[in-house]
Amino acid sequence: MPGVLPSGEPVPADGSLPPAALAGVGANGFGVYVHVPFCASRCGYCDFNTYTAAELGSGVRREDYADTVLAELALARRVLGCAAPPADTVFFGGGTPTLLPPGELARILDAITDTFGLAPDAEVTTEANPESVTPAALAALRRAGFTRISLGMQSAASHVLAVLDRQHTPGRAIEAAREARDGGFRHVNLDLIYGTPGERAEDWQTSLEQVAKAVAEHAADHVSAYSLIVEEGTRLAARIRREELASPDPDVAADRYLAAEGALTGAGLGWYEVSNWAADAAAQCRHNLLYWRGGDWWGVGPGAHSHVGGVRQWNVQHPARHADLLRRGRSPGQAREVLTPEDRHVEEVMLRLRLAEGLPLDVLDPVGRQAADRATADGLLSPGRRRNGQAVLTLRGRLLADAVVRQLLP
Amino acid sequence: MLDPGATDPERIRNFCIIAHIDHGKSTLADRMLQLTGVVSARDMRAQYLDRMDIERERGITIKSQAVRMPWTVREGEQKGESYVLNMIDTPGHVDFTYEVSRSLAAGEGAVLLVDAAQGIEAQTLANLYLAMENDLHVIPVLNKIDLPAAQPEKYAEELARLIGCQPEDCLRVSGKTGEGVAHLLDEIVRQMHGPTGQDDAPARAMIFDSVYDVYRGVVTYVRVIDGRIEARDRIKMMSTGAVHELLEIGVISPEPLKSPGLGGGEVGYLITGVKDVRQSKVGDTVTIAAKPAAVALAGYKEPKPMVYSGLYPIDGSDYPNLRDALDRLKLNDAALVYEPETSAALGFGFRCGFLGLLHLEIIRERLEREFDLDLISTAPNVVYRVELEDGAEHVVTNPSEYPAGKVAVVHEPVVRATVLIPNDYVGAVMEICQGRRGALLGMDYLSQDRVEVRYTLPLAEIIYDFFDQLKSRTKGYASLDYETSGEQAGDLVKVDILLQGEQVDAFSAIVHKDKAYQYGVSMTQRLRGLIPRQQFEVPIQAAIGSRVIARENIRAIRKDVLAKCYGGDITRKRKLLEKQKEGKRRMKMVGRVEVPQEAFIAALSSDGDKPTSK
Ligand SMILES: Nc1nc2c(ncn2[C@@H]2O[C@H](COP(=O)(O)OP(=O)(O)OP(=O)(O)O)[C@@H](O)[C@H]2O)c(=O)[nH]1
Ligand SMILES: C[S@@+](CC[C@H](N)C(=O)[O-])C[C@H]1O[C@@H](n2cnc3c(N)ncnc32)[C@H](O)[C@@H]1O
Ligand code: SF4
Ligand SMILES: [Mg+2]
Repeated sequence: MPGVLPSGEPVPADGSLPPAALAGVGANGFGVYVHVPFCASRCGYCDFNTYTAAELGSGVRREDYADTVLAELALARRVLGCAAPPADTVFFGGGTPTLLPPGELARILDAITDTFGLAPDAEVTTEANPESVTPAALAALRRAGFTRISLGMQSAASHVLAVLDRQHTPGRAIEAAREARDGGFRHVNLDLIYGTPGERAEDWQTSLEQVAKAVAEHAADHVSAYSLIVEEGTRLAARIRREELASPDPDVAADRYLAAEGALTGAGLGWYEVSNWAADAAAQCRHNLLYWRGGDWWGVGPGAHSHVGGVRQWNVQHPARHADLLRRGRSPGQAREVLTPEDRHVEEVMLRLRLAEGLPLDVLDPVGRQAADRATADGLLSPGRRRNGQAVLTLRGRLLADAVVRQLLP
Repeated sequence: MLDPGATDPERIRNFCIIAHIDHGKSTLADRMLQLTGVVSARDMRAQYLDRMDIERERGITIKSQAVRMPWTVREGEQKGESYVLNMIDTPGHVDFTYEVSRSLAAGEGAVLLVDAAQGIEAQTLANLYLAMENDLHVIPVLNKIDLPAAQPEKYAEELARLIGCQPEDCLRVSGKTGEGVAHLLDEIVRQMHGPTGQDDAPARAMIFDSVYDVYRGVVTYVRVIDGRIEARDRIKMMSTGAVHELLEIGVISPEPLKSPGLGGGEVGYLITGVKDVRQSKVGDTVTIAAKPAAVALAGYKEPKPMVYSGLYPIDGSDYPNLRDALDRLKLNDAALVYEPETSAALGFGFRCGFLGLLHLEIIRERLEREFDLDLISTAPNVVYRVELEDGAEHVVTNPSEYPAGKVAVVHEPVVRATVLIPNDYVGAVMEICQGRRGALLGMDYLSQDRVEVRYTLPLAEIIYDFFDQLKSRTKGYASLDYETSGEQAGDLVKVDILLQGEQVDAFSAIVHKDKAYQYGVSMTQRLRGLIPRQQFEVPIQAAIGSRVIARENIRAIRKDVLAKCYGGDITRKRKLLEKQKEGKRRMKMVGRVEVPQEAFIAALSSDGDKPTSK
């Protein structure tokens, strides 16, 4: 079941944005996000806005999806006019983008290029489920202009994959990573989940070793490791409530995180965001960095979020309604919020503190800076970086990042 | 001749209905209101005189209510003669015994009601003794005779033996069906005498209640003893000498009814326009300014608070509102006392004294409901008198103010408790009382199978779950009454609770030495479950002075970060963060430890020490 969208102000039928928002677009970079709301089956933990064929019913056809996206891109063009610069990053996320044929993904990417233009060294990523890609498809994506691929590996232990309802076999994710490398992808990410009920320390260690091996083979240069979040309304949550599965233990999650930090650092990766490690600066996901650094992006597809010049906006959730609105020439925006200076401050602290580059201390008010001193004394912020005017989380601080954020904010 | 203000005292009967809780006083009063025609069938509702929401919800009477009713005798020698009856319905709960004794002083007789399915219970005795102390004529009445389980013969004998009359003297009524009520009214006229006062003496009227009303200001309820008060008189309060114009004088029947005056023996109300009941104090004597009486009537004993508790607004900015609300409730409740206090843990609040736990519960509920306040109340405690070795003496109403010096002796209040039970349960009751440091005073058989057991017990031992325990160990048969009975020296200690070495004043308790460990263990364990993990380890200790008697640990939290934060999460995460920040603002800081309000509330209102309402 997809999670619920926040509530906000209504979006005008033509999707138009306040002039003030348009004026500032792209100051901190500009990207495009394409949501592909389809999955072959629904994983029990996942509350992303995605639908299986059965859930979609007859009203929406995957074959028509690229056209819908093209319609929304045209609308974006109308709304933004020439305000937006060429895209620095493009990210296809899901759902499972690779359930669409490479040709369709290519058609969408071409339309993005036509609409906004692509910066010369643009990063173009797609997420992919390990079982949903073939060497041929990967090669086709590469040819179409994709530069990066993110594979949902999650775990190398079959019983963990089973609890997560994953469809791929333990070896498949790394195999797909090799195929991607062989197909010409220089940037390959592996997504991991830790703290799954039934996962033992050894299981996690095995997953990390497999990943380290892939890194050593240059099959992957990036790892995202997420502690399992039990999202409300998911099948996982129901199973835990019924006590079929144990509730994830935060102390275990902390141990797993420390193990990940050790193994990934040992493999030559470095953390650049709380849950992300990369081989070098070039391997970091520039699209996600755009999110964390307060950049602008246009999100297309059902439930996609956009951030344009201080306005956060999100689309209607259901693909049928999304397509229908666009067919009628109307904005699929469901609601939006115009961020106040206070909101922006909260977001800046909340997001930038997650990054290894840290948060410039002069962003904080005097009380916040005092709190930063206390957090430094408590071993949560790095004293060295503190002297250079940056708030940067220590290893222990990374595990308590939300608490630090609360301390730094008024 | 029966008009208010002009009634021949010979034609007046002033009486109270007294009984154990729930034996049916208010319901009997309903039938009287109907039978005498002062409330029509259409306007009737059950327990008509229980007017406060809280009384109606809980089905109990908290405040006495006086009503004037006309009655024409139906049978017997006085048949056809008309009288005025002033009836006062009284509360049955032990916390409000004070209210009953005030009401008794306003009449010449009392109807002692006994549930014919329950028989004599503890407050039956207590209220009977009060009536006898006041020299009232008591009419024993068995109620609820309509119940299949009623045993009027059996209980008539019990009651007769208690009062010293014949079983046939016990009247039988049903407040539900109205059976026997007309006869009871006839008997009230026949058996009781009219008020005796000096008609021509300077006016003296006893204030037996004083109520603040938003619309009318202070309404003062009086019983005229000597002389009379006219509507045009200026009245004088004898304690202060203050003189007031009378704006209105009248009787309650059962709504206020203006009258030209109040004559000797009559019960009614006065309105003077004063805004503060302290200017119109219960127990004071009203006289006429132009022709004042020389000597005041004997007043009432001031009610003394039995238990104390700290009341704190959850939202600190509500403190002034809490003060106003207490001032307001105090207007109608002489027994409520309070003074400001500060708690490091709970902020600004008031230490309040109550007649008992029901009283506490009701005041708290009224504050929350009528004044829209959210409150925390600390665990109720009694008053201790602590003598130090250096000779200094401290009266402690708040355990955290227990003196630091070398203690010579601690005195605690004791009560004389009366428990009534079928004789099968004597053993169980003695066991419970023994376990609570009780000293047996005596035991009497009220009938073959009903026993009265009397104990001296520390008040502190009975304010928590004593009654619940009595009830559960006696299949619900036990009834309990108690009255203060001085104080005794006790082997008492103060147990402090410390969070990370910082004392939490709200959790300090004065307990008997033998129960200190138990208190320490249960409190530290409870807090461990209630206080969220912090960024550092938090030891929770219970200590007597510097000696730690129990310890728990809250392990440091190691992970507090949302793993994933992609573009679509930002709004959601920001809103979550703002909610968390809001939650943090509502945390109370104990040293560096953040304690949620809920933890205080939960820790202070454990199941075990829930006050009992009945
Ligand atoms: N069957 C029956 N029930 C009665 C009778 N009189 C009262 N009751 C019930 O007994 C319960 C208590 O009645 P109340 O009139 O509120 O008793 P009370 O003595 O005023 O109670 P307090 O004011 O709390 O001391 C209610 O449920 C009444 O309906 C009666 O004559 N017959
Ligand atoms: C949006 S999903 C889509 C990618 C792709 N469909 C897949 O599952 O491989 C991206 C990643 O989010 C992570 N994720 C999704 N739900 C999660 C949850 N409840 N807790 C932790 N991580 C989660 C998984 O690691 C997943 O690979
Ligand atoms: S495949 Fe990915 S997007 Fe689809 S349900 Fe599973 S985790 Fe969610
Ligand atoms: Mg009553």
